[in-house]
Amino acid sequence: MTISVTITVNGQQETRDVEPRTLLVQFLREHLQLTGTHVGCDTSQCGACVVHIDGKSVKSCTILAAQAQGAKVITIEGLAQDGKLHPMQEAFREHHALQCGFCTPGMIMSAVDLAQRNPNPSEETVRHELEGNLCRCTGYHNIVKAVMAGAQAMRG
Amino acid sequence: MANQGIGQAVRRKEDFRFITGQGHYTDDINRPGQLYAVFLRSPHAFAKIRSINTDAARKMPGVVAVYTGKDVAADKVGGLICGWTVKDKQGNPHKAPRHDIIAIDHVRHVGDQVAVVIARSTSEARDACEAIEVDYDVLAPVTDVRSALKPGAPQVHADAPGNLCYDWEFGDKASTDQAFAKAAHVTKIELVNNRLSPNPMEPRSAIGEYDSGTDSTTVYTTSQNPHVIRLILCAFVLGLPEHKVRVIAPDVGGGFGSKIFNYAEETVCVWAARKLKKPVKWTSDRTEAFLTDAHGRDHVTHAELALDKDGKFLGLRVATMANMGAYLSTFASAVPTYLYALLLAGQYTTPAIYAEVKAVFTNTTPVDAYRGAGRPEATYVVERIVEAAARELKMDPAEIRRRNFVPVDAFPYQTPVACVYDSGQYAKALDEAMKMADYANFAKRKAESARKGNLRGIGICAYIEACGIAPSAVVGSLGAGVGLWESAQIRFNATGSVFVYTGSHSHGQGHETTFAQIVSDKLGVPMENIEVVHGDTALVPMGMGTYGSRSLAVGGSAIIRATEKIIDKGKKIAAHLMEASVDDVAYDKGIFSVKGTDKQVPMAQIAFTAYVPHNYPADLEPGLEASAFYDPANFTFPAGVHIAEVEIDSATGVTTIANWVAVDDFGNVINPMIVEGQVHGGIAQGIGQAMLEGVVYDPKSGQLLTASFNDYCMPRADDLPSYKVGMIETPCPHNPLGVKGCGEAGAIAAPAALMNAITDALGTEDINMPATPQNVWRVIQRQNLAAAAE
Repeated sequence: MTISVTITVNGQQETRDVEPRTLLVQFLREHLQLTGTHVGCDTSQCGACVVHIDGKSVKSCTILAAQAQGAKVITIEGLAQDGKLHPMQEAFREHHALQCGFCTPGMIMSAVDLAQRNPNPSEETVRHELEGNLCRCTGYHNIVKAVMAGAQAMRG
Repeated sequence: MANQGIGQAVRRKEDFRFITGQGHYTDDINRPGQLYAVFLRSPHAFAKIRSINTDAARKMPGVVAVYTGKDVAADKVGGLICGWTVKDKQGNPHKAPRHDIIAIDHVRHVGDQVAVVIARSTSEARDACEAIEVDYDVLAPVTDVRSALKPGAPQVHADAPGNLCYDWEFGDKASTDQAFAKAAHVTKIELVNNRLSPNPMEPRSAIGEYDSGTDSTTVYTTSQNPHVIRLILCAFVLGLPEHKVRVIAPDVGGGFGSKIFNYAEETVCVWAARKLKKPVKWTSDRTEAFLTDAHGRDHVTHAELALDKDGKFLGLRVATMANMGAYLSTFASAVPTYLYALLLAGQYTTPAIYAEVKAVFTNTTPVDAYRGAGRPEATYVVERIVEAAARELKMDPAEIRRRNFVPVDAFPYQTPVACVYDSGQYAKALDEAMKMADYANFAKRKAESARKGNLRGIGICAYIEACGIAPSAVVGSLGAGVGLWESAQIRFNATGSVFVYTGSHSHGQGHETTFAQIVSDKLGVPMENIEVVHGDTALVPMGMGTYGSRSLAVGGSAIIRATEKIIDKGKKIAAHLMEASVDDVAYDKGIFSVKGTDKQVPMAQIAFTAYVPHNYPADLEPGLEASAFYDPANFTFPAGVHIAEVEIDSATGVTTIANWVAVDDFGNVINPMIVEGQVHGGIAQGIGQAMLEGVVYDPKSGQLLTASFNDYCMPRADDLPSYKVGMIETPCPHNPLGVKGCGEAGAIAAPAALMNAITDALGTEDINMPATPQNVWRVIQRQNLAAAAE
């Protein structure tokens, strides 16, 4: 049995027939081939799969694709606009906030949401807000710097 | 150009694809007609398999095949191998019991492969796994080394009596005994080096693909060393011809050692793909990763340090039991032996050292190299016992170290445990770190904490590691089954851009940038015109891969050798173009010139001429490319000092890291931004080991209790501080870049620094890692009770 799901992903309306148990992250990776969103665990701990649903950061492994019916989803692939990197993407590169790059898409998507809610976050706020995103490479030191710098750049 | 060469914090070339979601990790790759493998895994730690019934599973929707160990055995597939043979005290080779890629008669740890379902989708394969019926005769397991060595313990393998893999020794027992006989003071310590799960954020994944038209096989796999995987798969496990197998390790999301090894799952994917003539893909979920990625550490150690009345070290005696898990993983035997005991001199002149190591089989996940691999365990022993000795002798822990450091004028320095240290300035690193940590004013800060009712401690770790692994002849004589050189190839295009092929593999280390910086610096080619290629055995010359902080020291040196060959050939072409003698041609950063004239030719023109050789030396081959293989003369010995300062809430046991200082000596630094990033990450893993992480097995059932991120405490952003990182550069004298390696230092230094700080605060050595709030709180209660009783 399959169901039809329609989600607007990165500005594009996408309709697919999927198994009802399909998670949003599977919909993105397996049905739309948007493989920038990663899966690093199966308990919604690691945050590698964070995307924005109607403007808010959500772990896309925690919800079914069907629950996102009609929603607007932005993935890491949709963050840069008109060929220009988002300020948070720029900040991650400038501050060496990534090594293997696997946690990076989820980390950046969480950071953008964080900065939208906290335009001038303290180091403590950034560390607290990012506790749902695991990184094994960087020790977070440069991620924290990048998020603070990215938030400042987003303020303009 | 000026800001892109050696020593510059060049931003990484590889970042664009990662920050835009365009990386290509193994699970992102899908091949036409691909099938999906899911493994049925043992729910028991130890059991005899009476029977397996796959009839119902085979009839489930989407199922293409169900295989058990018997199917694998029928195809005469070899077991997984251990590539390093350690000889025991009597000179006998270690016990390496057979390790089938799917279990046949026994399962020996929770998660052992029992069957594999191959289906049109992962969910269908998963559903079918549940329909397989396995009749187990459940046996009592053993999970820890002490229990496993007791008489009457469950026997994990019939051909490893007493669960002993080997009983090994190193160093001079007689001279060490003599040192203890004349000692004014002996410090003793019992240490547990807790078992860790490596947990790179990308779970392992593999695709096997078979082309029957050419009888060739392609393997996409999450590997730190694709050529090593090809060699093992072909020569030992599947018996395939090496020229018919291509192994691709594309973008790999972290490894930390755990992706060095040849695993059962990738092997099954290749075997099944050849059988079914369809691509077969497997991707680990996180619980599978906890159950099957090789774990790290898991030592139990008793150590004794002999000192004279002035605090000079006279001798060190170490007895360690190392948990190997249920099977011997690819390089497992080397970790608690040659990567461990050879580092027990630390940064010190200790003249006599003797170590005994018993390696033990248990019903747990195999243990192998994890970031540092043996060297963190050695550093933990040395730096905990040195600190404890200082406390017993009421000496300043910095001063006792200073008295025993190998002095700057003693290099090359021969230790009593085989290593020849290349270069170092140990006292300078200590001085620098103490300044950065404001060590002098610690007492004031401690008093302030005390006023708040909190405990405060400071801890030093002066670590050393052997990196740049390794001279092939040396490791061969110690039992390694491979050589540990590295390869490089530089290939110019006619338009002046360059491909750099390296046998090293980048899975976060930033080689695409660092290696390009070297080539840019040496050949004068702009960074944007250099493409570093790695991770594909069809493109790159045979290489040994990335582990043991070896990529720059060995792989980078191979690249330097290749640039030298390019320059030599370039000089011949330049001499012809400028109508000069080759001996009169000088070369500097991309420009060939005739000495004493203003005649010059840039590298790009040389490359063009080499491929369009209309006006060209008659006796010279066209083309501009060079290969080089580099086998190092010695290990490199990065060293440094980390100082941790902690404040402990005495009511709750919560430990806060108040300050972290690292002063490291990695020799010359190519890209300080990348090096500092490696240090940060290493420290985080070391802090994780000391305060948060620990693999826990239920001793009765052998169940892994920490099999998810809910149960295994990974360091999160709000668990960690920012770090103060300083560097001193004492070049390595024996490789052309003067580099030593930086990838593992943080993970080696951090646990001892942090535990020395915590034990300083608590006033007792008697606490094991991880020093969680609960463990710390218990110690505080114990101390309070003892104080009340007095």
